[in-house]
Amino acid sequence: MLHTAVQLAYLVATALFIFSLHWMSDPKTARNGVNAGVAGMVIAVLATWAQPEIIHHAWIVIAIVLGFVVGVPLSQVSLTAVPQRTALSHAFGGAAAGLVGTAKYYLWLSEGPENLTTFRMIAIMLEIVLGYLTFTGSLLAAGKLQELKWIPQRPVTYPGQNVVNLGLLAVAIGLATYIVLWPSSSLSPALFPIVSFLSLLFGVLLILPIGGADMPTVISILNSYAGLSAVAMGFVLDNKLLITAGALDGSSGLILSIIMCRAMNRSFTNVLFGAFGQVQAQTAQGEQKEYKAETVEGAAQILEQANLVVIIPGYGMAVAQAQHKVREVYDALRQKGITVKFAIHPVAGRMPGHMNVLLAEAEIPYTDLVEMDEINPDMPQCDVALVIGANDVVNPAAATDKNSPIYGMPIIQADKARTVFAIKRSKNPGFAGIDNELYFGDQTWMLFGDAKAVVGELAKQLTGGSGMH
Amino acid sequence: MTSKLLVRAAATVAALATAVPAFAADGSHAAPALDLPSMLFVFMLSTFIGVGVIRRVSRLLHTPLMSLTNAISAIAVVGAILVTGADYPLHIRFMGAVALFASMTNIVSGFLITNRMLKMFKTRDGGGDKAGH
Repeated sequence: MLHTAVQLAYLVATALFIFSLHWMSDPKTARNGVNAGVAGMVIAVLATWAQPEIIHHAWIVIAIVLGFVVGVPLSQVSLTAVPQRTALSHAFGGAAAGLVGTAKYYLWLSEGPENLTTFRMIAIMLEIVLGYLTFTGSLLAAGKLQELKWIPQRPVTYPGQNVVNLGLLAVAIGLATYIVLWPSSSLSPALFPIVSFLSLLFGVLLILPIGGADMPTVISILNSYAGLSAVAMGFVLDNKLLITAGALDGSSGLILSIIMCRAMNRSFTNVLFGAFGQVQAQTAQGEQKEYKAETVEGAAQILEQANLVVIIPGYGMAVAQAQHKVREVYDALRQKGITVKFAIHPVAGRMPGHMNVLLAEAEIPYTDLVEMDEINPDMPQCDVALVIGANDVVNPAAATDKNSPIYGMPIIQADKARTVFAIKRSKNPGFAGIDNELYFGDQTWMLFGDAKAVVGELAKQLTGGSGMH
Repeated sequence: MTSKLLVRAAATVAALATAVPAFAADGSHAAPALDLPSMLFVFMLSTFIGVGVIRRVSRLLHTPLMSLTNAISAIAVVGAILVTGADYPLHIRFMGAVALFASMTNIVSGFLITNRMLKMFKTRDGGGDKAGH
């Protein structure tokens, strides 16, 4: 009786999770989505806890309290730090899956080999391999995003890297297969920790060669893995709620990965095994060209004459925390009757949707945030394109230079605008190390300096200037 | 739009209908009576529903979407509670408790930060998040 009630509660929770994601289709209803998700989660936890086989409560209470103690501060991080928080939570999800899988394996092993059926063993091995590689991979990604000093930021590559990585994975899968086929052999309990260790190691090696520009894709892929490890846990525990919720997360990660890959015109394998960094180092050594610099005063005067201004933000805006100053420029221009739009490239920033959240934080109406495909037809009518800390996503080489590592990537066509102002921290090539022809174009003028300082100065000129003219 | 909604509703019902008889056969935690085909059914159908629903999510909201699905996939908390609270050896229960802590952290921080981010999405008149009610 109680068992049926628990299953029905899981049914309700599943429906709530589906509605939760459905309501995310529109910013107007999105917050209902959070409420539905919370309701589903509370129902699932209470129903599980109420089962008669749960007889020890102290550790559950302690773990939940600790979860709140750590979780609440983690939810208050600044919005520029959201990518690393997300990576960290993928790591937690992977760790939870791996630990439950490990616990179940040793439990069933101690209860007798008849428990270690082939099906259960396949599910457990999938769970720990996916769970542990997601754990270390996401931890490393979070460390890279946080720019921890002892973690290399640039892609780490060496000859034969892919052979080493894939070989390692092959060994792990081979050992896992042995455990699945002969679970009660005396060798299997010794191999289990080795498979766990190899999965942990593989996670690190998988993320080491990945640079910052690829982070949006990698975070999405890790999201998918975290979901799939929850699915595998559902198969291990014979629990359909875990399978449904994990599959929802897995498909979300999958779709985001596909969108990110398309936005860079690259495949999954190319992102994971492409060693992007090396190619770029070679192309960066092209001939030296001259930048044309402009003063903030001059830029402000040209901006005032414009009808349509398109602002193109990138990761540089996030690093400099310039979004609030950008809002001041936006307000000043709008007060002069100028139309201002923001052009958002899908891979701008370090995770999907990163720019949108930062600009929303600065209280810029989301109706003025325009996707790449929608803004590009309007770019020839654009009087001024203001590029703030973006680089690859506006690089015309993606369309023209077949030798460029980003050739074929869809870009925001800033080069079609009548005038381009690009704010850049220094004269060095950007994070990806690729020269950007846009910066040397006839219509382009550079504003060198910290994005926050330059944009702040621009806002001051625009508001102050209106009184003098 | 309405037809799309109907299709989605039908898919949801189909998935749940498949799941219900499976629940009946779903043995208690200790009994190894497994119903593999119905679990695969549930997995397949929920993946299709997931893909269908997520594809419609506004690109504006991809960051909150990721933190929301993070929180939802922390449903692993259910498995962790089952391992932590049952009458198992201490070291098994300890692994469960660590997993429970990790999942709970994801639930709390995931839902809270999603809500915090969504509050920021506004239209020009300053409203937006309440307009749909």
